[in-house]
Amino acid sequence: MDIYLLEAVINGILLGGVLALLALGLNLIFGVIDVVWIAYADLVMCGMYVIFWLYADLGWPLPLACLAAIIGVAALGVLVHLLIIAPILGSAPINQLLATGGLLFFLQNFATLLFGTDFRNIGVRLPIIEVGDIYVSSARLLAFAMALVGAVALWLFLRRTYIGTAIRAIAQDRDIVGLMGVDQRHVYLVTSAIGGALAGLAACLLALQYDVHPFVGNTFGPLIFMICVLGGLGDMIGGFVAAFIISQIISIGGYYASTELSYVLAFTLFIVLMFIRPRGILVR
Amino acid sequence: MSARASTLLVGAVLLVAAPLVAPPYFMHLIIQVLLWGFVYTAWSVMGRFGLVSLGHGAFLGIGAYVPALLWNYYAVTPWLGIPLSVVLSMLLGLVIGYPCFRLRVVGHYFALVTLALGQVVMLTIVAARDVTGGSLGFTPNNVGYSWYAFQFPEKTHFYVVALVLWVGGLAVWRAIDRGVGREALDAISEDEEAAAAIGIDVMREKLRVTVISAALTALGGAVYGQYIMYINPETLSGIAVSLQIVFAAIVGGMYALLGPTVGALLTLSLNEGLRVGFGTSFIGAANTIYGVLLILCIIFMPRGIVGMVRGATTRRARTKTAPAE
Repeated sequence: MDIYLLEAVINGILLGGVLALLALGLNLIFGVIDVVWIAYADLVMCGMYVIFWLYADLGWPLPLACLAAIIGVAALGVLVHLLIIAPILGSAPINQLLATGGLLFFLQNFATLLFGTDFRNIGVRLPIIEVGDIYVSSARLLAFAMALVGAVALWLFLRRTYIGTAIRAIAQDRDIVGLMGVDQRHVYLVTSAIGGALAGLAACLLALQYDVHPFVGNTFGPLIFMICVLGGLGDMIGGFVAAFIISQIISIGGYYASTELSYVLAFTLFIVLMFIRPRGILVR
Repeated sequence: MSARASTLLVGAVLLVAAPLVAPPYFMHLIIQVLLWGFVYTAWSVMGRFGLVSLGHGAFLGIGAYVPALLWNYYAVTPWLGIPLSVVLSMLLGLVIGYPCFRLRVVGHYFALVTLALGQVVMLTIVAARDVTGGSLGFTPNNVGYSWYAFQFPEKTHFYVVALVLWVGGLAVWRAIDRGVGREALDAISEDEEAAAAIGIDVMREKLRVTVISAALTALGGAVYGQYIMYINPETLSGIAVSLQIVFAAIVGGMYALLGPTVGALLTLSLNEGLRVGFGTSFIGAANTIYGVLLILCIIFMPRGIVGMVRGATTRRARTKTAPAE
């Protein structure tokens, strides 16, 4: 096997981890609150700026900056729910989607206002690991590992805690759960906070690999929606699988052709799969 | 009715007189409002019936790029290139619309499929950078004043073109609003199953508005490209412009004839006002305010500015006539 192709496959798997983490967050929010946050990737952008600002500008230690980013974006998630989603919870789903689209405009341009359109890097260079003839970036490896940790932590939380059980119950049947004495508003807030925290965690992992700029969300935002829809909106395992399929297409496609063409391929596949398997790849 | 007629008359006189009195800068703004108003109207032709497309940048991009590429590489006149781009756009509308409507891809699934479509077109333009110039954009070969090349350095020419286009777009919108299919489309957007059950050809009605919308959007993109003489995949085909179309139409009011145009007027004056007022140091301010406006608009007045004003006036009229009953 071609050594560069192998490298592309490995990078694809590593990229898939972060995408899967984001897809988990978006899927959780969709499954529980029944809302698509179009601006989800832009919450990640906010997290990346928080890290950049605290670490590179103010000189905080990196782990502390990362923690602040996770908490900050989780709080942002709660705000998004309280200010934007809660008032229109009863209206058509497309209105909710568009309202978070307005948030996308707001966040991207507010970031432009604060930080300008320059590409900024936090300036942390993690070493490259050499295994045989293959070079793997340890930033990516760390991101992959942390993404898995995040996913497992979420799984444990959903399985082992009372509120986690309530969240899963709401995703299954919204009306019955209320009758069983679960406070929906409380569950929605917790879900939004977790969704935000996952975006914050993804921000930490992405800040190690990529430059941050106000429109960085546009580069992977559409990918995350595709992954969620491909996996079946609300289906977490499906989303996990889809994340790795898409990341492989992008990675291998980028190796054989160009990055843009691999994205074109991924988006086209998405459209076709929407027609063949509209309820997700794992649903029969 | 006479008040309405006189408003129309004043509006028409103002629009005809504009090129005689307005300085070039304002002419430029008016042309932009008319062209974007046309594109937003084109979007609302389908958007108002619950077919929310987040990928109209695809049609806009095809409209802008096809004539420009044909002109630069094969010296094909835009008089052929523009109709061709419109036809291509209609075909794309069919290709994406038919399976969507057949398989009942609706609501936010439809929105996400169209979002992906916009990305496919935009990224294809970027990927074909040897031909299209990629992210750096593309400039049609400038030959000065020429009917053959559809290039007019004088703003008055494009003003007339934009005005004709805009009036035509409004006429199409009105024809659909008053046409026989209107009730059917309303029924479909309310409840597709029920509409099908009473014998409405759901597929035909949806495809009709989709193809019309795609055609008009491509036309708008083509003329915009000819006017600005510089086209760029991000500004004409990316997510940003696709969302901009949706939001301007919604803020203005997609259920009213002049709603999308009001949206264009508002967006552009906000942008220009902040740019002139604050200069480039305040980059992003306009769209920040714009984003907040959008959120507020969707929460508090989903029918848009024109829709709300109209609702208020009809309510007042109703209360006025109430005691007489």
